[in-house]
Amino acid sequence: MYSYLVLRVVAKLLIPFILLFALYVQFHGDFGPGGGFQAGVIFAAAIILYTLIYGLDAANQILPRGLLRFGIALGVLIFGGVGVYDLLVGGNFLDYSVMAEDPVHGQHLGILLVELGVGITVTAVMVNVFFTFAGHLPAEDDSGTDQSRPDEKSADDGKQV
Amino acid sequence: MALTVTAIIRIRNLYAVVMLGSIYSLLAAAIFVVLDAVDVAFTEAAVGAGISTVLALGTIALTTSREKPPSHTALLPGIVVLLTGAALIYGTLDLADYGDPDAPIHKHVAPTYLKEGPEKTGIPNVVTIVLAGYRAYDTLGEVVVVFTAGVGVILLLGNWRRRSRRRKGDENV
Repeated sequence: MYSYLVLRVVAKLLIPFILLFALYVQFHGDFGPGGGFQAGVIFAAAIILYTLIYGLDAANQILPRGLLRFGIALGVLIFGGVGVYDLLVGGNFLDYSVMAEDPVHGQHLGILLVELGVGITVTAVMVNVFFTFAGHLPAEDDSGTDQSRPDEKSADDGKQV
Repeated sequence: MALTVTAIIRIRNLYAVVMLGSIYSLLAAAIFVVLDAVDVAFTEAAVGAGISTVLALGTIALTTSREKPPSHTALLPGIVVLLTGAALIYGTLDLADYGDPDAPIHKHVAPTYLKEGPEKTGIPNVVTIVLAGYRAYDTLGEVVVVFTAGVGVILLLGNWRRRSRRRKGDENV
């Protein structure tokens, strides 16, 4: 892993901007193209890039499995919770108008929260699926995921031929 | 795009197939941009060309990188595919012209959404309004689908066994 100096430096430069862009897509989705799904996927892509370069163990220190599993449920809970809150406040399920004094503000708030829920769930699921796949690679215990791929490939080719 | 698809069908090396699939998604995203569907293009580029490529590569790393030669001829599947394709193309003959303002889809609820949406929510992006506002039930369903997919992967591939093995090891020590 330590030999890929260019990859490490470039990734370190890129990842903050990818994360920032994901947040922009998430919270600017009301005004421009984008929204929870896209933002979640971009956010996950940044984390996956980090995992590919720095290894699964380093990534797990930032995002422990438990936190990711919690995130998967948290997004759906936020989405559903907004709906239930609307019911409790006196509107229909997912009728955001009742969430604030001004119906327009309520709608805006509701859509923002719902998109946030979507983003959290999508990020957590994507990263978790990737972590789960990467965790099954044999070389995981040594250093990281990326290193195991060329080995795997050559081993498979050998078997098939 | 046709070239990419032909190559995907012909090539047996799955690494190349995954890469070509990624290129196909990128081309599809470009087409969506041309059709003014920026949100869809965004999703296609991020999910199709980005994440699914990485996940497919991960799957290949877990399994094998070469496709097995087919055990039977492709005659029957070919006929089924051709018939279905012909039926679908026949179905498109009745579709309204692209961008036709008199098409039924532009007469039903779309004008209401376009007119009322931004006023009621204060959000200029109508796609977001429809997705999270008018069609919030559907979006909730989609999120639950994603949630279910994540839970399924965790249940199928999660490291349950490894963890219990580790625990056993600890006891032995």
